[in-house]
Amino acid sequence: MPKVKPHRKSPSLDMTPMVDLAFLLVTFFMLTATPTEDTAVLVDTPSSVSDKKLPETGVLTLAIDKEGRVFFSTEAQQVKIKALETVGAKYGVNFSQAQKRTFSLLPDFGLPVQKLGQYLNLSSEERKQVKQEGIPTDSLNNQLAEWVIASRSANIAQTGKAPYIAIKGDGQADVPTVKNVIKILQEKNLNRFYLITDLEIQPVASK
Amino acid sequence: MAEIQQQADSGKGGKKRAKKMSTKIDMTPMVDLAFLLLTFFMLTTTFAKPSVMQISMPVKPKDNEEQNELKASEAFTILLGENNKVFYYEGLVEAKPELKLSNYSATGIRTVLQERMARQPKTVVLIKADDKANYKNMVDILDEMTITGQKKYALVDISKDDVDLIKSSGL
Repeated sequence: MPKVKPHRKSPSLDMTPMVDLAFLLVTFFMLTATPTEDTAVLVDTPSSVSDKKLPETGVLTLAIDKEGRVFFSTEAQQVKIKALETVGAKYGVNFSQAQKRTFSLLPDFGLPVQKLGQYLNLSSEERKQVKQEGIPTDSLNNQLAEWVIASRSANIAQTGKAPYIAIKGDGQADVPTVKNVIKILQEKNLNRFYLITDLEIQPVASK
Repeated sequence: MAEIQQQADSGKGGKKRAKKMSTKIDMTPMVDLAFLLLTFFMLTTTFAKPSVMQISMPVKPKDNEEQNELKASEAFTILLGENNKVFYYEGLVEAKPELKLSNYSATGIRTVLQERMARQPKTVVLIKADDKANYKNMVDILDEMTITGQKKYALVDISKDDVDLIKSSGL
């Protein structure tokens, strides 16, 4: 009796459907991706049950870290350059074109305007080493209010509508700093703003 | 290189046949790259956009504008203390109310608020944060307002009387 030879199957299998799917997913993720920005400050926001989402554009973010330092960020480059010029002029600091360009690409910053020029001259690697002290918020040297007002008017000039103001506070930040920031906004007649939080599932309130 | 040499060897007479190439190509490197990119984009994508709480602070009152006095029967004050403590009392601080201690859990201040709302639907909650409280406490208590459906509340600066009340209560 002849031996029954097992049918030899080719070890290579057809990968086409898998590759199709893989590329479909790659395309999907590439198109939906918004890369996380390399911010100068890490803020661990508390969670809340609010399911309202942060608008995608036209947001001025004031970050408060757990040491109470205040950082400012906004995404539109033109708005940033305009705000830098306005605030710089107010404090008698001039910035070169290269500095303005670097500034427009920064995700956020937390320095007094007087020290900003020096910071912008550093390379991006050196910039990471700098310990930023936060934007001055006290009543004698209230630069935060200047930044908010300048970027707000620049944003209105650019897009025709007022930006949303969001406060991104760290859970461990102290209340006086947060209250001070809120007070600064109130003094400038900005009474409506957002507190950025993480999502938490809303518990059902028992009746 | 190897293939060119092969062609030179098979230089016998007869018809030259085009060498049949396999239609299949090795896709492995491409697939490797595709999956590398896939992993990269999956890990860098942040789907969850941060959520926000909207806060509207009152407009600064003009000097000659009349403001409504808060009735003692409607007032309910929550004090945020240090170490995640939360105190509350009913009525206004001038009447030397009894201060009670609670916490941020589901059985803490939430049930207190619900019970109070059932008794007095017109309750206005005054939230006063001590300087030693942290920002998380503030967000938590604003959250409780959303959860319990309390519509009327205000963030107020803590007064000296309130601080003294916490101190004297010894809680």
